[in-house]
Amino acid sequence: MIEPFIIRAIIAGVGIAIIAGAIGCFVVWRKMAYFGDSLAHSALLGVALGLVMGISTNLGTIIICSLFAVVLIWLQQKKILATDTLLGILAHSALSVGMVTLSLLEQSIDLHSYLFGDILAVSSAEIYFILFGGFFVLIFLYFNWSSFVLMTIDEKLAKAEGINIVFYQLLIMLLMTVVVAVSFKIVGLLLITSLLIIPAAAARQLANSPEKMAIISSLLAVLSVAIGVYSSLYLDTPSGPSIVVASTIIFITISVFSFIFKKNN
Amino acid sequence: MPSLIQAKDLCVTRHNKIILENVFIDVKKKDFITIIGPNGAGKSVFLECLMGSFIPDSGKIKRKDNLSVGYIPQNFSPERSMPISVERFLTLKKKFIPQELLNISKETNISGILDKNLANLSGGELQKVLLARSLLNNPELLILDEPAQNLDIKNQLNFYNLLNRIYKNRDISILMVSHDLHMVMSSTRKVVCLYHHVCCSGEPQIVAKDPEFISLFGNDMAKMMSVYQHTHNHSHQEILND
Repeated sequence: MIEPFIIRAIIAGVGIAIIAGAIGCFVVWRKMAYFGDSLAHSALLGVALGLVMGISTNLGTIIICSLFAVVLIWLQQKKILATDTLLGILAHSALSVGMVTLSLLEQSIDLHSYLFGDILAVSSAEIYFILFGGFFVLIFLYFNWSSFVLMTIDEKLAKAEGINIVFYQLLIMLLMTVVVAVSFKIVGLLLITSLLIIPAAAARQLANSPEKMAIISSLLAVLSVAIGVYSSLYLDTPSGPSIVVASTIIFITISVFSFIFKKNN
Repeated sequence: MPSLIQAKDLCVTRHNKIILENVFIDVKKKDFITIIGPNGAGKSVFLECLMGSFIPDSGKIKRKDNLSVGYIPQNFSPERSMPISVERFLTLKKKFIPQELLNISKETNISGILDKNLANLSGGELQKVLLARSLLNNPELLILDEPAQNLDIKNQLNFYNLLNRIYKNRDISILMVSHDLHMVMSSTRKVVCLYHHVCCSGEPQIVAKDPEFISLFGNDMAKMMSVYQHTHNHSHQEILND
């Protein structure tokens, strides 16, 4: 008999892996790794907001991360500071405000599980949240795929062909926000970016089209999550780092093989 | 000849700096116009205004109804981490019939590289691919922003020859920004010299003799273009210095 929490862990893990793998390709293509990392840092403020307001911490995370993305785009347009400076300021101040707020709260929380993920903490409500969020992300990706790809290849070209660049930039950030919000409890705030970029980077070496790269990336992410969750359950290792270790091993294996067999590309 | 795009009195100011001031142009059917001007003269912004992707502060732009425009951007360098074939890139968000793709690939000499990865192309190949893409919906007007900027001299020549051939064989107008003055002067019919305002315009030989042109590009450049009489009646020194 499989325990219900294991089934929940599997559903949650697979759901997260599929969307993280697909959105991760854009993180790699558009060089948004640092953005993803910053977004995840600010999620802790979202957790604090959720607890203070008495709403779900997932909802709190979505609110704070969306705000984060909007403020970032607004500051970017001003072009006074470089993006990585802005990200550094926003991310670490949000993380710190979140930490301070959490320490002032009466209730005790398991900080470790927020930072490094805890697959056992997944509740049924969160499963729905993951499935709904994942569905939302995939639908938007699917219907805007060519626009996203064209914009990623060249923004000027996309703009000239009538694509609203700011809108799609905002949309991709919003989708990343959802991914962070639905996955931080399993992967952990500190490690979300690796689930986004490692499977995508591994898939790059096997794919010859953007679509294939996204699909392979999702499959590799599912494999990483499966191995990670399995070892987390049976070896009692933290789920986030276990997933990342699994994806790193997959990445190295694929890199070695493609180096031997292809030589270039 | 009917006009494709007419722009009048375009003004753009950004961060208290004048980028465009009363700029005008009239692109007619079968025109081949090159916009020249120093860096930061507002050339790219001007093109964006014409294409409708940048709204000028004031001025009028009149476009022919249903005008189809092909565009080649400046500094095109595709992201290496995205695997995408030339063929997929060409057809991304484009409506076309398969035969058209074949014809255009032949016309631009890229039939042999259709299944190559976009990121692995040489500079010359990339520009031909961009040209092919811009031709896919059979545009009446081709707008090119420094298309040969990063090419070596041999590839520049090839590209401009190809462009000339397309101009001759198709019912198409060309509006191009270019720094390659020697090429411009030999192949373009009309030159517009832009430095925030339209300094001068007309046939290359005439523009090369214009004092505004000489003060912008220097005597040597002007000499290269044509034999001219030195008639310096005003200078751009002030503007260039601020």
